[in-house]
Amino acid sequence: MDNLVIAGKTYSSRLLVGTGKYKDFNETRAAVEASGAEIITVAIRRTNIGQNANEPNLLDALPPSKYTLLPNTAGCYTVDDAVRTLRLARELLDGHSLVKLEVLGDPRTLYPNVVETLKAAEILIKEDFQVMVYTSDDPIMAKQLEEMGCVAVMPLASLIGSGMGILNPWNLQIIIDNAKIPVLVDAGVGTASDATIAMELGCDGVLMNTAIAAAQNPVLMASAMRKAVEAGREAYLAGRMAKKLYSASPSSPTEGIIAQAAKKPANGNS
Amino acid sequence: MIQLTINGQPRQFEAPINVTQLIDHLALHGKRIAIECNGEIVPRSRFSEQMLAHGDQLEVVVAVGGG
Repeated sequence: MDNLVIAGKTYSSRLLVGTGKYKDFNETRAAVEASGAEIITVAIRRTNIGQNANEPNLLDALPPSKYTLLPNTAGCYTVDDAVRTLRLARELLDGHSLVKLEVLGDPRTLYPNVVETLKAAEILIKEDFQVMVYTSDDPIMAKQLEEMGCVAVMPLASLIGSGMGILNPWNLQIIIDNAKIPVLVDAGVGTASDATIAMELGCDGVLMNTAIAAAQNPVLMASAMRKAVEAGREAYLAGRMAKKLYSASPSSPTEGIIAQAAKKPANGNS
Repeated sequence: MIQLTINGQPRQFEAPINVTQLIDHLALHGKRIAIECNGEIVPRSRFSEQMLAHGDQLEVVVAVGGG
């Protein structure tokens, strides 16, 4: 079996999905099921104090017994906020230590602040968190995060929620070639072909949220993404043919083609 | 009278309370939550022994949809 292994745990799906931006928890659950994802990201936020105490809970719709929940630090711009958020997440999820770290640097682009990300990762790893880390597509930073002890490195394909697809496949390729831990494209996938391209490059997996949640039909798009990731993975494993620039090669035999018919005279006289 | 800041909102209480009493007061009993007091995690196992003091800053969080 061709499985994804993260921090010693085996997963059969290479598609990881977020749970944000859905209409309601029913849609979230239907999309997650259609995606086949086993690892799903969640955010940690203040609960409403004293109002609507009976509002539905995400963890009732997507129980931790069924999915590997990956709490994130979305919205955190400092080391301290990110680390505190994940400590709360670990307490919330009964000691679960697999987390997604992101430390943002700019509210307009949501671009990661890699300097702060490195500092936060160091603290979290010392506290025995298993850190899957969102980062830029800088191969040197990705390698440093790996050497520090992160369990997966997750470079952006393009900006979070942009749907712009894979803008720098060459950098992703360098990161993949250098890495001994799983590399997952996180952020920027817009449609199924983007996910396939990521997997064809040799990514170990793809993490996405908006591409599914913001589709006109999220559940159908979730199903498309599942197939796209599987197709890209199989194509990567199969090994694509070499590209032949400006030179064709017929697919059918060149021998045995029937001869051109002799022309009959026009009036039948011979 | 003590004042606590809970998720950024000031709240007054007649007498000192522990975390379990606070959770009941907020109607969050039985909910999947995690609590931080003055920047430190309060483990669930210590909810009933941890007393809250005037000026304490609390964060009470849940898991929500996110990417």
